[in-house]
Amino acid sequence: MLKKLSSGPYWLWSFIFIVVPIMLIIAFSFSVPGEAFKFSLDNYKRFMEPVYLKVLARSVKIAVEATLICLAVGYPMAMILARMHLKYRTIAVMLLVVPMWMNFLLRTYAWMTILNKNGILNHILSFFGLPQMTFLYSEGAVLLGMVYNFLPFMVLPIYTVLTKMDNSLIEAAEDLGANRRTVFRKVTFPLSLPGVLSGVSMVFMPAVSTFVISDLLYGGQYMLVGNLIQQQFLVVNDWHFGSAISMLLMVMILITMSIMNRLGQDGVEQGGGNIW
Amino acid sequence: MKKKWLIGVLLMVLVMSVSGCKKDDQVVLNVYNWGDYIDESIFDTFEEETGIKVNYETYATNEEMYTKIKNGGSNYDIAIPSDYMIEKMIKEDMLEPLNMDSIPNFANIDDQFKDLAFDPQNKYSIPYFWGTVGIIYNTDLIEEEIDSWDALWNPKYAGMFTMVDSQRDSIMVALKKLGYSMNTKSVAELEEAKALLIEQKPLVLAYVGDNVKDMLISGEAAMAVVWSGEASTVIQEYDNFKYALPKEGSNKWFDNIVIPKGSEHVAEAHQFIDFLCRGDIGFLNADYVGYATCNTETMELLDPALMGTTYAYPDKALLENFEVFLDPGDFISEYDRVWTEIKAN
Repeated sequence: MLKKLSSGPYWLWSFIFIVVPIMLIIAFSFSVPGEAFKFSLDNYKRFMEPVYLKVLARSVKIAVEATLICLAVGYPMAMILARMHLKYRTIAVMLLVVPMWMNFLLRTYAWMTILNKNGILNHILSFFGLPQMTFLYSEGAVLLGMVYNFLPFMVLPIYTVLTKMDNSLIEAAEDLGANRRTVFRKVTFPLSLPGVLSGVSMVFMPAVSTFVISDLLYGGQYMLVGNLIQQQFLVVNDWHFGSAISMLLMVMILITMSIMNRLGQDGVEQGGGNIW
Repeated sequence: MKKKWLIGVLLMVLVMSVSGCKKDDQVVLNVYNWGDYIDESIFDTFEEETGIKVNYETYATNEEMYTKIKNGGSNYDIAIPSDYMIEKMIKEDMLEPLNMDSIPNFANIDDQFKDLAFDPQNKYSIPYFWGTVGIIYNTDLIEEEIDSWDALWNPKYAGMFTMVDSQRDSIMVALKKLGYSMNTKSVAELEEAKALLIEQKPLVLAYVGDNVKDMLISGEAAMAVVWSGEASTVIQEYDNFKYALPKEGSNKWFDNIVIPKGSEHVAEAHQFIDFLCRGDIGFLNADYVGYATCNTETMELLDPALMGTTYAYPDKALLENFEVFLDPGDFISEYDRVWTEIKAN
């Protein structure tokens, strides 16, 4: 009884702040301006136009690239952290997390001053007598911004799984004659999969829907799905089309996540860190 | 039993905190304005003179303000939208009609800013500032005299200039260059403008918003499409900048003070508007903001050197082809489609 009552606020909270807003988005996405209660698929049909599909394809491509780079950089980083002596480990993890306390916008603005024409990077180049280069306002800059901002989301879950891993399993593998590569391939990596999967989803989701990074680092010349949604809500005031794009994005993320989850369950039967 | 008692206490606290706000009988005016668009020290003056407190909030675009007021939630007593947005808000019955008897200082407003097309006879709005859209350029980096939008299509300046990250303003530039009206409702004309902007895109350094001043001052950009007030701020501090009013014409805009429907303090809002129209208060604002005032008394207090400059009080002859934005109604979705196609290209 008490248990039921104490979970009441939680249910109320999630109803008001999660269920109702999602219902509203669904309702908006299936209606057109002016006729709020008439069912219509117009918004979804409109999204199938080549212009919008091109924007979606571009967003997915850059988000996948950012996720892969984060994984390639983040996994070794998590391993290094997990193997560190406890004395240094806490400091190293702190160093990774501290930049995240700063406002996200400020961190992105900082990259602008590093990359711009008269920025720090170009000053270093000209110091060595090299010609100035344009770093800002390119796809590379957007990718860099995404990797920089989302890297901790990849490192931390992998790091957590790695530190919790039972060391005797690795010792057993080594006793049985496995070399370090085999140990990693057959023991460490499969056991860390739950961490990898939640890292991948935590990087991919914000990367595919961001609009601030592309706005700032590509000078507004690069439209991603996030920019498209923001524009529908704040400029055109077409909440119906904006909601439809949001719904499509949500469904797309849900499908990828469930595929990933299936993969994860095939890989390891046990182990925590399930993303669902 | 214990739980009921606890809930009772919580409810009491809740009720008291709600009624606690009401007990205070000082009137608080909610003012909603563009960022950096008023000298905030005048709020204290206003409170000293009338006992009315001001609660100040800001927005970055007309659309943002519209969305917030339209969808309710907050009751603003004063807002300062631009021309086309005022037209739209009047159409949608979102504004409180003004009572001119409570705004005697309306007499200070220059006649040329009264009775404009978007609000005939000023039934709903009082002029605040006005200005233009033009090209600011760094004379150290650009040697020739700029007087036309053509400069923004000149391959010589590739990667040296910025456009405005706002669909109507950027499309306006292309329409004006083609000799069309910026309020066109012809799809064919819009398509021409689109082709022109796509052709221009490889030359553009960036489409920017608020950070354009920093980019100009740091030398990142040599030329930019800006609002006159931004130009005025930069030019008054650095002499190597000039502001050009393109000969093909451009946008002339007005920001007026309005009272949104739903205001709970309409009488006090009138008092505040009258206060803003006072010559000395107008001077503090004009001096701080840098845009051109609509107030004749304020103009007398301003530095005479400002008169006749392209960025503040330009010669009327230069503004011949300039237009005021009108609300496109549902046609806005065409502008949006064109802009999306430009950006997605």
